[in-house]
This record gives sequence, C-alpha cells and structure tokens, in this order.
Amino acid sequence: MSTITFAPRRLSTALADTVDVTTRNLRSLFRTPQALIFATVQPVIFVLLFRYAFGGAIRVPGVNYVDYLMPGVFAQSVAFGAIGTAVGLSTDLRSGILVRFRTLPMARIAVLAGRTTADLARNLAVVAVMTGVGFAVGFRSSTGPDGLLAALGLVIAFAYAVSWVFVAIGLRVSDPEAAQAMGVPIIFLLVFTSSAFVPLQSMPGWLQAIGAHQPVNALATAERALTVGGPAARDVLISLAWSGGILLVFAALSARVYARMSR
Amino acid sequence: MSTPAAIEVEGLRKSFGHVAALDGVSLQVPAGTVLGLLGPNGSGKTTTVSILSTFLRPDAGRAAVCGLDVVADAAAVRGVIGFAGQFAAVDPNLTGRENLELIGRLSRVNRKQVRGRAAELLADFGLTAAAGRLVRTYSGGMRRRLDVAAALLHRPPVLFLDEPTTGLDLESRLALWESIHGLVTDGTTVLLTTQYLEEADALADQIVMIASGRVVDTGTSAELKHRFGTVVFTLGFGSQAEAVRAKHVLAGAGYPADRAGTEIAIRSASGSGDLPKVLRTLNAKAPDPATIAVHEPTLDDVFLALTGHAATEGGKAA
Repeated sequence: MSTITFAPRRLSTALADTVDVTTRNLRSLFRTPQALIFATVQPVIFVLLFRYAFGGAIRVPGVNYVDYLMPGVFAQSVAFGAIGTAVGLSTDLRSGILVRFRTLPMARIAVLAGRTTADLARNLAVVAVMTGVGFAVGFRSSTGPDGLLAALGLVIAFAYAVSWVFVAIGLRVSDPEAAQAMGVPIIFLLVFTSSAFVPLQSMPGWLQAIGAHQPVNALATAERALTVGGPAARDVLISLAWSGGILLVFAALSARVYARMSR
Repeated sequence: MSTPAAIEVEGLRKSFGHVAALDGVSLQVPAGTVLGLLGPNGSGKTTTVSILSTFLRPDAGRAAVCGLDVVADAAAVRGVIGFAGQFAAVDPNLTGRENLELIGRLSRVNRKQVRGRAAELLADFGLTAAAGRLVRTYSGGMRRRLDVAAALLHRPPVLFLDEPTTGLDLESRLALWESIHGLVTDGTTVLLTTQYLEEADALADQIVMIASGRVVDTGTSAELKHRFGTVVFTLGFGSQAEAVRAKHVLAGAGYPADRAGTEIAIRSASGSGDLPKVLRTLNAKAPDPATIAVHEPTLDDVFLALTGHAATEGGKAA
C-alpha cells in the first residue's frame, strides 16, 4: 500500500477547492444543456415579444424602443437566471452531495463560492447570447462599445450579487421545485415593477414609488444611461451600491446558514 | 484488549425539537475492528454517524475519532475519516472517474496522486470498465460502490458507512461486503450501521444494538445470537400419527419438539445448521416430512425481546 501524501492546508487551498467545485458545476451544466437552453430561450422570447408584438404600443420619448428594451432584457435575463443558483444548490442538498462535502477536509466556503462562480460563467454566456440577439433585432449602443461593455459589466456585477441571494434560498429549501417556486414570483415582481420593459411614468404613482427604489430598476436605468448617452455617473453608482450591498449582506447570510446547517 | 480505541463515544445526546434522537449513547471501537450499529429505523443510527463524521453537532456528551474531538477538532477529524451516507452522494453528471478525482482533490490527496488513486479504487470496486461513463447511467449497485470508493480516496484510518447495502441486490451486497473485509484486513477501523442482523453478523466484530436513541445491548454476533437467536423448524406430516411418531424419534435423539396437529416445531439455539441433523435423525425411523419451514430470528424478534416493542414501530427518521 503506497502512502498518500496530503496537500498542505493554506489559504490557497480554499481557492483550489473553489476551482474544483466550479469545474464540477460547469461540467454538470454543460451535460444538462436543458438548463442552459431554458436560461436563454425565455429572454429571447421576451425580446421578440416586446420588440415586435408589444413594442409598437409602447412609446418612450426620445429613444428607439429596441434601445430602451435591451438593457431591460439584460437585467431580466440575469435576474431569472439567478434562480438557477438556488435550484442547483437544493439539488445538491437533496442528493446528499452537500453532506459528503461537509465531511471532507475541504474549505467550506468553496461549496458556495464554487456554485456562484459557475453561475457567473453561465450568466456571461447568457449575456453574450442576448447581446447577439439584441444586435440582430436592431439594438445599437449610441455610446459605442465602451458604453455597452460598461453596461454589461454592471449586469454581470448585479448577476453575481443576486446569485448569493439565491444561495441563501437554495440552502433553506430542500428540493429544486420549491426553490423554483419560491424564486420565480420574487423575480417576476422585481422585473415587472421596474422600468425593464416600460417606463415607470406609465405606472400609477404608488407603483412608481416602489419601482424607482429597487435593484432591477436601478440596473436598467444605469445601463440605459451608459448606452443611450447623457450623464451616467449617478445611476451607475446607485446600481453598483445595490449590487455591493446585496452581495455583502447575502454572502454573509449564506455563509452563516451553511455553517449552521443541520446542527 | 489493550488496543487503543479508534472511536470513543460517551453519553452522546441529540434532540431535534422535542424528539430525542440520541439519549445517552456510549460505545468504543478498538482500532482495526468493525463495529455494527444495529437498530430499526429511527433508532438513532444515522444521527450517531452524522455526529461522528462532524456533520451534526451533539447537544451533550463527547465523541472522539483517533483521539480527536469531533466538535473541537472537527477539521482535523475530517482528515482521518471516510464517510458514505445512506444515499449515494455522487454527482450523476460526472463520470465515475471524475467523481473520484474531485472527491480526492477535495480530500487533500496530493494532486499528482489523485489520478492513480482513483484508478486503483475503480479497479478495486469493479468499476474500471464504467469509469468513463456518466454516473447517471450507473445501476444502483454501481453508484453505491462508487460512493463507498469515494470515501476511501485519502486512505482514512476510520470509515463510517451508513446502511451501505440498503437497496442493493444480493450480488452487489456480497461484493461490497468483500470490499469492506479487505479494508479491515488492511487495518481500517469501520463503524457501519445496518438494519440487517445478517449484515452485522457477516461483517462486525462487535455489535451495538440501539433503539430509541439508547444502547440496548452489546456483544459479538455469536453472543447476541445465543441470547436471542432461537431458530424454529416447523415440519409438516401427512397425518397426526406420523407427526406423533416423528416427535417421539426426535425427543429420543435430544431434539424436544412441540406438536400441533400434523405439525411439529423444533427450537434450536445453534441456528439453522441444525436442520440437516434433525432430518438425518428422522431419516430411518420416521416418515419424511411433507413440508419444512425454517423461521430465523428477525431483527423484530430480537428487538421485541429486548425492548418489548416491535422494531418497525415508527419514530422519526434517524
């Protein structure tokens, strides 16, 4: 029997473990392409519906509707995509893999960080596809590639932060269906009370008040400021503040939930 | 026995809400031996193993693995244990090899050795041919073997197996038993939980029987069998006269029997191996029985004797 030599325990092992868990999650993702297709098909349908079916009825002063629409669609795609984080984690919870991970001498945070990192990669892919679709239906950035890339950067920052919200949810519910059932209404409300598809000005006053103070709205507004042109700094800062705040609160909460799970 | 205990448990308590899953469990497992934790559903087997493998924290009591406290030194304990739970905790979307290599790296096995070690285990568990297939195409038995293999990557001196053969067909069960035997020969200490008397019998040096979170009896398989293991042979004959005749012959040969109608029942403390002797005794001097039934003691019988209530009586999942 040859002896097994152990790798030393260092901070870098947390990073190595995160890379291993991320790789595992990405392999899983690519081998169940239904999930990836679902994540892309729904936003594509929204683009087509709002661009061609409803778009004619929506008037947004001073801008082509397609240029108004696409920033909203980016926000919507990643917001719905975040539900996948909760579904993935609760699947691992139910299958017993999380129990196994907890009995291994691995870095604990790697389980959560590996999940959100893999989902970050998934979001990048979805955003890339949606950008292509946007160009195909006539979306253009008036500020050129710089403005567009900055806007997509905001989208990705938001996507990463929101996936931590769904880490907390995924660890609390024990099966994927419940995770899905819990996530969809939350995201639906956030997206459709925001300016993602229609201007807030078209909503009743009380709803405008809600819509103006939530993260999806902040993101869509900041993206438009960056791609349509005009002063953007304030909107960008508000969106980044939302993402940063959500990330801090929910990463801490998730780590706590995971550490105390079943204890 | 002066061998140091690989696993020491003292007065372990754990409640879930108002339900006491463990109500003061104590046990010791000498290094290099197998302890079978035997009990019905909801008796606290899984809770015990979960605490020992650092997944659960006890409310009270103390547990140590290789001298390391499972609460205070939880991280160090994870380095010396292998754990395979009740359900095969492997990723269906990875291949068998990928699963083992992942768990190996996460178990801190040196990266250069992971590949070789995974291949070794795949061979040991008869999975080499399926190594490159996605686990979602595996049978239940293959998943289970992969799951146990995954617990062994870092050659843990102590192995916890929670109902390792539940739901397996006979062939897979025997193959797994053989693998466990091999590990123990190489010096691994094993604590396994089971609902099957037979399994504890085949694998365990010592058996601890628990019910409702308490240890109800401890002993070797032979000791427990001697205490509870009365096998009953029921022989049916063509007529009452034949049965009476058979009863008489057996009584003369030292096998007292009870008769009810055309049937006689013989109780044997030495197990079903007595049956051929009984039949040989009858052979020349009495008619052949028309029917033969052997009633082995079941876990239910044993628990009935020990606790006064049936093993299958409800309670929460352990």
